[in-house]
Amino acid sequence: MKHLLSVRDLDRDGAVGILDLAEDMADVATRAVPKLATLRGRTVANLFFEDSTRTRLSFEAAAKRLGADVITVSAKGSSVSKGESLKDTTQTIAAMGIDAVVLRHHASGAARVLADSGWIDAAVINAGDGTHEHPTQGLLDAFTMRKALHGDAARGASLDGLRVTIVGDILHSRVARSNVWLLQTLGASVHLVGPETLLPQGIEGWPVTSGTDLDAALAEKPDVVMMLRVQSERMLAAYFPNEREYARQWGLDDVRLARLAPDTMVMHPGPMNRGLEISSAAADSARSVVLDQVTNGVSIRMAVLYLVLSGEGAA
Amino acid sequence: MAARTVLQQADITRALTRIAHEILESDHASDDGSDPESDPGSDHEPSLVILGIPTRGVLLAQRIGAILEELSPGSAEVGALDVTMYRDDLAKQPTRTPSPTSLPAGGIDGKTVVLVDDVLYSGRTIRSALDALNDLGRPRAVRLAVLIDRGHRELPIRADFVGKNLPTSHSQRIYVKLLKTDGQDLVAIFDEEDHG
Repeated sequence: MKHLLSVRDLDRDGAVGILDLAEDMADVATRAVPKLATLRGRTVANLFFEDSTRTRLSFEAAAKRLGADVITVSAKGSSVSKGESLKDTTQTIAAMGIDAVVLRHHASGAARVLADSGWIDAAVINAGDGTHEHPTQGLLDAFTMRKALHGDAARGASLDGLRVTIVGDILHSRVARSNVWLLQTLGASVHLVGPETLLPQGIEGWPVTSGTDLDAALAEKPDVVMMLRVQSERMLAAYFPNEREYARQWGLDDVRLARLAPDTMVMHPGPMNRGLEISSAAADSARSVVLDQVTNGVSIRMAVLYLVLSGEGAA
Repeated sequence: MAARTVLQQADITRALTRIAHEILESDHASDDGSDPESDPGSDHEPSLVILGIPTRGVLLAQRIGAILEELSPGSAEVGALDVTMYRDDLAKQPTRTPSPTSLPAGGIDGKTVVLVDDVLYSGRTIRSALDALNDLGRPRAVRLAVLIDRGHRELPIRADFVGKNLPTSHSQRIYVKLLKTDGQDLVAIFDEEDHG
């Protein structure tokens, strides 16, 4: 694998293979010394044009556990805030000698542009591009679901028959997009719920069902309920009347939590707006796997870094 | 390309049985007087851990473990040790997919670990295995058992237990087929045409 730009580049075997590899990486984390020297001498550049805590730290932890060196550039506090272009910034970093770029950018398609441009030789991993995709988030979500479904016998398994409901700001969510395509590849069925204004145009072409009534969706007893963050920073217009109304109609509050089956998984990619899309009780409940998602994220990113940085001719 | 059968099913079974006997003998010889067999019914933990290196080493380790279980019940546990992440040629080969590592619940600390592989050649796989073991614990001793030793070592590594020494040239290839994955037990040697 040269780059990881979109989950749509993965077929079923490829996706299952990454999840299986992440199982091996998760085993490494349980050791007394959770560190390998596999990528010793390789340098991974975290290039973040947007704010991020968990994704950036997760990639950093993953690279370090595999023995790679990590350099991190954030837009704030770098020449990016002086107006330097993506091309110049990446070429500058590449000139210092790097093997992989982990790119988060506000423009949809930025990772693809960087991978196809020929500006740099390094492998490119998409860590979120605009409202397009966030492939490692999709993978870690699938990994978390598979682990809950199959436990220690997860290796080799897909998500056939799993029913997933994704709720909230679908329009701005790259997490939702990566989940929709990857879950379809892995055999799960997806239902999207949100305000009419936050369901994207062209959703009819997605391999999903959709609706606006959260209570009706929860009455169908989905196996997984994934709450999305309301991305206020991307909302340049009013998409819903006010936060209280959003929470009442599309938030996973205590009443809705109580109606869920005991084994329903509650997921959230983080960061959470407690009280808006998810109540504190729901976020902290036994059904919530929010922190498992974070733990699994490191394993997934180790797997992806290994795949793009090993192998003949790897940058 | 000419093929020549070197070992057949009976030969492989015999070689594994002999290796199992040798493993037991050397384990007893290295015990400090306390022979587990002279103390039947004791709740001694198994002192031997037979670790196969994927993929065919794992099958061989399981077969050696089964023979050991017959010869001396409870003397050995069996596991698998993946060495992919420790190889020194990751950047020079197509991407390798790791296999699961599985260790006995008791771990390897203080145990005698016997690594098992099908063919010993350059020795680099075994070097990787030693590095991998180092991250997993501190065995009392590490031994090496191989079905075939074909020579051409590139590192100062040798096997303690060998099924068959098979002098080869670099251009030859050795195929090991095992009942469980290939439907038959067979070791064959192929003469490849020189592509130089």
